[in-house]
Amino acid sequence: MDQSVLQQTRDLIRRHKRWDLIFAAVGVVCLGVAALTFTALVIDMAIDGAPRLSPDFFTNFPSRRPAQAGILSAWVGTTLVMMVTAGAAIPVGVAAGVYLEEYAPKNLFTAIIEINITNLAGVPSIVYGLLALGLFVYAFGFGQSILSAGLTLALLILPVVIVATREAIRSIPSAIREAAYAVGATKWGTTWDHVLPYSMAGILTGVIIGMARAIGETAPIITIGALTFIAFLPPAPVQAGFPFLSFEWLTAPFTVMPIQMFNWTSRPEAAFHQNAAAAGLVLLFMTLSMNALAIYIRFQLRKRIKW
Amino acid sequence: MSKVTDGPLNTSLLSVKAETKNLSFHYGAFQALKGVNMPLYERKVTALIGPSGCGKSTYLRCFNRMHDLYPGNRYDGEIRLYPDNTNLLHAQVDPIEVRMRISMVFQKPNPFPKSIYENVAYGLRVRGERKASIVDEKVEQALRGAALWDEVKHRLKDLAFNLSGGQQQRLCIARALATEPEILLFDEPTSALDPIATASIEELIADLKGKLTILIVTHNMQQAARVSDYTAYMYLGELIEFDATDTIFIKPKNKATEDYITGRFG
Repeated sequence: MDQSVLQQTRDLIRRHKRWDLIFAAVGVVCLGVAALTFTALVIDMAIDGAPRLSPDFFTNFPSRRPAQAGILSAWVGTTLVMMVTAGAAIPVGVAAGVYLEEYAPKNLFTAIIEINITNLAGVPSIVYGLLALGLFVYAFGFGQSILSAGLTLALLILPVVIVATREAIRSIPSAIREAAYAVGATKWGTTWDHVLPYSMAGILTGVIIGMARAIGETAPIITIGALTFIAFLPPAPVQAGFPFLSFEWLTAPFTVMPIQMFNWTSRPEAAFHQNAAAAGLVLLFMTLSMNALAIYIRFQLRKRIKW
Repeated sequence: MSKVTDGPLNTSLLSVKAETKNLSFHYGAFQALKGVNMPLYERKVTALIGPSGCGKSTYLRCFNRMHDLYPGNRYDGEIRLYPDNTNLLHAQVDPIEVRMRISMVFQKPNPFPKSIYENVAYGLRVRGERKASIVDEKVEQALRGAALWDEVKHRLKDLAFNLSGGQQQRLCIARALATEPEILLFDEPTSALDPIATASIEELIADLKGKLTILIVTHNMQQAARVSDYTAYMYLGELIEFDATDTIFIKPKNKATEDYITGRFG
């Protein structure tokens, strides 16, 4: 190659490579903004709230005296509401996802349904709250109860579960389905014996991410009328005497973690703000541990499967 | 006294296990098979050769109604399965029933992400076999039939993915054999394998043909020459020539077949 042509080529490469540098720099700045904001939030909340974290904080009911106030009714309420949400959203969402992916004919009608499910994921949560207030609280007569709240949040995360299920199912190679059909399996046999087990990692990840979103939802829960101050627990689900299980808790009034936080932050005393920060730390820990669980499950289940 | 002509196609001594009668097939508007008439002789290996896109895999996949899994496909004509003379393509014949009689081995090994044992046992479980002793026995029989037993007998609980590519393909053959099919379909079974694994699969096919009828699609003419008794040459969805493998490879009747075999085309 001629010396001058070679020089030109090198200049060209150098100019093009400048963009690599520029983008890398911009990317680091953007990432830094996101990471720093999150870290600052957590540290700030930890400084305010950490001193309040003690065993008493978890076992005390809310109180007018900030030093004695705790989150017992809130975390119990959150746990129970999440149980209802999981119990409703998982079977319904997974079944709907499986139906759409494996059974539904591919026509205009299913295409419209699919688009609408994706759209539902973007509906503001307060709209779900209004819907639930009319439907669960009044029309079905469930009242301002754990059941109503759990079902509302289940509706809210249903699109997430359906989309996650469909994506997990779609990642199974068609060769595996053909293998099952080729030995004489029916559609249900193929779904139950192969499609569902092999897509379990993706489905569970979607469910847990949906739950992690639901656990922090405040607006729809306020809309259906959760209490902001509650100094008693719902009836225990497990009883000492026959029949050992009780479902009375489903209809009990309740509060949840984000509402307890909201209540404390709206008070004038600074000590309550510290309580809110401490409750925020607990809620953040709950969410992060759910996400960690999702990552762990995905890792464990995917170890066995290599396509 | 007339001499009995012992031609290459002395069908009087052979029984026909299945035959396609005027079989046509459409993927939507595209016609992939055009009126194919061809027999499969019992306990013989029939090979399908032809250039890519000639319809040989499409033809093979008609035999276990695999095309039913996808919308927009249409069969015309008949596939007769003997001795019961069932038309496999008849609307009232359930494709699941067809697949219970005719097994298939795919192009790429496609074991389930389960144990070696469960892979072979799956066909039996689908047929409702619950007795562990019977399943054990048939799994062993199938793995022996696929020349895999000695390599895996101590690790039946291992994941199938831990096997090599050739072993995985033999596992898929064992899975297909476990249900004692009448016909075994092979869709380019060695195209994803190395030469040594290919040789072991070819040996296996030679062993199996005494027991059941085999239809194999291959893009490798030498393979067709090595393993098959009969060969069909297909081109653009049509059957150009069908004859004993020796005849096809030594003195084909059709000029197009000869051009393909000798490498002038394809």
